[in-house]
Amino acid sequence: MKSSVITFPGSNCDRDMDVALKKFGFKNKMVWHADAELPKSDLVVLPGGFSYGDYLRCGSMASKSKIMQSVINFANSGGMVMGICNGFQILVETGLVPGVLLRNKYLEFICKNVFVKINDKKNKYFKNVDNEVLEFHIAHNEGNYFCTNDQLKEIEDHNQIAINYCDENGKIEDQFNPNGSLKNIAGIFNKEKNVLGMMPHPERMIDTSLSGEDGSLFFKNLINNLK
Amino acid sequence: MIVNEQVAVDHGLKKDEYAKICELLKRTPNITELGIFSAMWNEHCSYKSSRLHLKKLPTKGKKVIQGPGENAGVIDIEDNDAIVFKIESHNHPSFIEPYQGAATGVGGIMRDVFTMGARPIANLNSIHFGSPQNKKTKNLLRGVVHGIGGYGNCMGVPTIAGQTSFDSSYNGNILVNAMTLGLVKKDKIFYSKAAGLNKPVIYVGSKTGRDGIHGASMASASFDEKIEEKKPTVQVGDPFTEKLLLEACLELMAGDSIIAIQDMGAAGLTSSSIEMASKGNLGIEINLNKVPCREMKMTPYEIMLSESQERMLIVLENGKEEHAKKIFDKWNLDFAVIGKTTKSKKIELYFDEEKVADIPVNTLVENSPMYDRKWKNAKLPKKNKIKKEDIKHLKIIDVLKKILANPNVCSKEWIWQQYDHTVMGDTIQKPGGDAGVVRVHGTDKAVAASVDSSAVYCWAHPLTGGKQVVCESFRNLISVGARPIAITNCLNFGSPENEENMGEFVECVQGIGEASEYLKFPVVSGNVSFYNQTKEEGIKPTPAIGGVGLIKDYKNMITMEFKEVDNLVLVIGKTEGHIDQSLFARNILDAKNGPPPEVNLFNEKNNGETLLKLIDNNLIKSAHDVSLGGIITAVSKMCIKGKKGINIKKPKYLINEIEYFFAEDQGRYIIEINKKDFKKVADILHKNAVHFDELGTINENELYINDKTKVTIDELTTSNKSWLTNYMSK
Repeated sequence: MKSSVITFPGSNCDRDMDVALKKFGFKNKMVWHADAELPKSDLVVLPGGFSYGDYLRCGSMASKSKIMQSVINFANSGGMVMGICNGFQILVETGLVPGVLLRNKYLEFICKNVFVKINDKKNKYFKNVDNEVLEFHIAHNEGNYFCTNDQLKEIEDHNQIAINYCDENGKIEDQFNPNGSLKNIAGIFNKEKNVLGMMPHPERMIDTSLSGEDGSLFFKNLINNLK
Repeated sequence: MIVNEQVAVDHGLKKDEYAKICELLKRTPNITELGIFSAMWNEHCSYKSSRLHLKKLPTKGKKVIQGPGENAGVIDIEDNDAIVFKIESHNHPSFIEPYQGAATGVGGIMRDVFTMGARPIANLNSIHFGSPQNKKTKNLLRGVVHGIGGYGNCMGVPTIAGQTSFDSSYNGNILVNAMTLGLVKKDKIFYSKAAGLNKPVIYVGSKTGRDGIHGASMASASFDEKIEEKKPTVQVGDPFTEKLLLEACLELMAGDSIIAIQDMGAAGLTSSSIEMASKGNLGIEINLNKVPCREMKMTPYEIMLSESQERMLIVLENGKEEHAKKIFDKWNLDFAVIGKTTKSKKIELYFDEEKVADIPVNTLVENSPMYDRKWKNAKLPKKNKIKKEDIKHLKIIDVLKKILANPNVCSKEWIWQQYDHTVMGDTIQKPGGDAGVVRVHGTDKAVAASVDSSAVYCWAHPLTGGKQVVCESFRNLISVGARPIAITNCLNFGSPENEENMGEFVECVQGIGEASEYLKFPVVSGNVSFYNQTKEEGIKPTPAIGGVGLIKDYKNMITMEFKEVDNLVLVIGKTEGHIDQSLFARNILDAKNGPPPEVNLFNEKNNGETLLKLIDNNLIKSAHDVSLGGIITAVSKMCIKGKKGINIKKPKYLINEIEYFFAEDQGRYIIEINKKDFKKVADILHKNAVHFDELGTINENELYINDKTKVTIDELTTSNKSWLTNYMSK
């Protein structure tokens, strides 16, 4: 399986993603934001970080960079595109997934482990994952998902919510919502479910010595689903 | 502008210093030259009050590749890997403007590290605030934490450990010390020593603005009521540009174009160019019209003294300009050839085709002032005797809860959760333990780092305090299973012109020196911050020690949380019952006098090394050093983190319960072992003449004391975790 990770100026989880993808069997290539063409890929990842310093709106500058036209075309033709953290922010700016990401409710950066409940498994990202609940890791300042009522209806009608913040038993309640996201939304698909944007970092959960192993589970499953 | 004695005094120079400048130059300096002298000769850059004493610190060792004098220290961690590290203060700017002050402190120290070719892999910090009741404290704390996070998070470097304290002596002068560790190949370390004639001098990074002019001079003066007016001297950070600068520099460093490189930190272009010239015994000629400026009509004076952030000065090999420019263009950074190296041994500046400065380099560096300031020796205070009636009404559990909720002991999760501590995917011990630990990427090795200070001990007796801080750093590294290698120090003190403050400095440095010599834990880098005072009110002496150690196989790392029910818990090291200057004495008895706990370097070393032996033999399940709040506080924290309880019993010593549980004697650790290993462990401890107590056995979820009183761990957890969150949300 071939994957590509895009490096924008200010990306800082690009290497971590490269390490994770390779660990689980992807042949990964790093792609520079100013390139025009994507290499042949089965998966494209927009990594976390602070692209362009997040000085305008998070992700907005990066969404206009040269490579993004190819990424958008790739996604529109059914290619798998995953945006993590800042990558999710870039995805919402391109419009590939609906909604926006506001500042966290308590206006503070949060770095910690969270539990997420998988809402939909009829897609290549979560198909065949045995668990209902995964322990992931978040590290962000702007992860507070928001959209209009009309958008929310459409999202729910199409079952586009990928994961929700919850407790270890899968209970989705306000007290387990780390950043104030609407409906505890932690990740969301496009309608076709080939594009996934999510705040948690599975690439930081690939080793028992780190924060945990549920990221390993996610990547192992992902590469199998793509085969 | 005409330069005279008054102008020099306004620049922070003393009258005799100005006379010396005129004598060295054999003429009156012009304003640009005066600015340069004032920047190089201030306390912050010249170390004029401290140099004499710093010379006494042990700086050499088998593992030391580079000691003090470069941008940062470098130590060998085997297999051609080396760790570059340093700690630095940003106290004054952080008090004036907490967010930017703290942010640029973090940015500055990371630049010091990657200037040497190392990729930063971990950040730490030591931050100290006034009393929680002081009306400024909350905003300063919030601003500093946001600033540290804002910069470090954006750079993508994990913040893995730190220390936060509150004390009214910081009411008018907070401390913000930032430390960075970087990883480099031993044969790819870059230095700041220029070499060769007519080599191009390159400016890269951000453009120069009017921010931070005279920052270093500001950092060399005391505060008064006009402090707010100094806001313009605080630099503004741009972590995004620094991230680009980091990547661009490392890309250029992969080749062989660079002769010397130096970041523009305190005193900006002035100190960076002069340092490179001085180390290379060369001259440097700069055309200031070529310096990229972000503001119109900047004068030579402003360009030379600006402390705009995210800038570097590089001496390149001839003919490598195009290659280097391409890299900086790729990262959208300014790149300009602004001058060349010369044989003149002078710093020669041109602006609008006129020579605007012409100063022999040695007058700025070797001939800078050095003072043997007067200082007062501090006597060891007399021990207090605890009166029975003072303690007989105290219930241990109540006292313990109070101590766990004390601002200096309580959980600092509210702070470190705002720092990205997991980016780079190698953090195997997060904040909240004895030391932070990161793996050396792609290897089995891991590096542990901790930062410590004990202002109360240093205040009570500077010599003992200085020793104690080094020992505490040593212990924290050993507690996670790391072999201590070297330290960096950030020496935060009041005015060196005050004999008592100067005495605190001299004796703390002596203590640090003695301990680091004995423990073979040399000082490889550091920084001095004097004038931490508002008007006449100085801070408690606060040397912060950043220690670094190596774990050869990261799978053998130790953490502090209790692991398993029925395991045995021992105390390593003798408890003498030293209560003076303990958290218990100061906060429960409200007693402020007496000596700090005695430091016995032999025991310290022997206990630590023996614990490492136990760890090497896989006999240790968890470990934690005993510090503030004594044995019972240390044990409680292990319970809280491990979500386990313990039955503890005071051994049959002559000292009473309170003394046993709350004393802050040094050289002690709590360890957890499997019952079946007890004999092996006891043998090793006996063989090495290490005293130990059998403290108790781990249970499910309660702290039982002497079979009499008990409390649930949930209750202790609430005491420990709620203070800071509640304080910040009020």
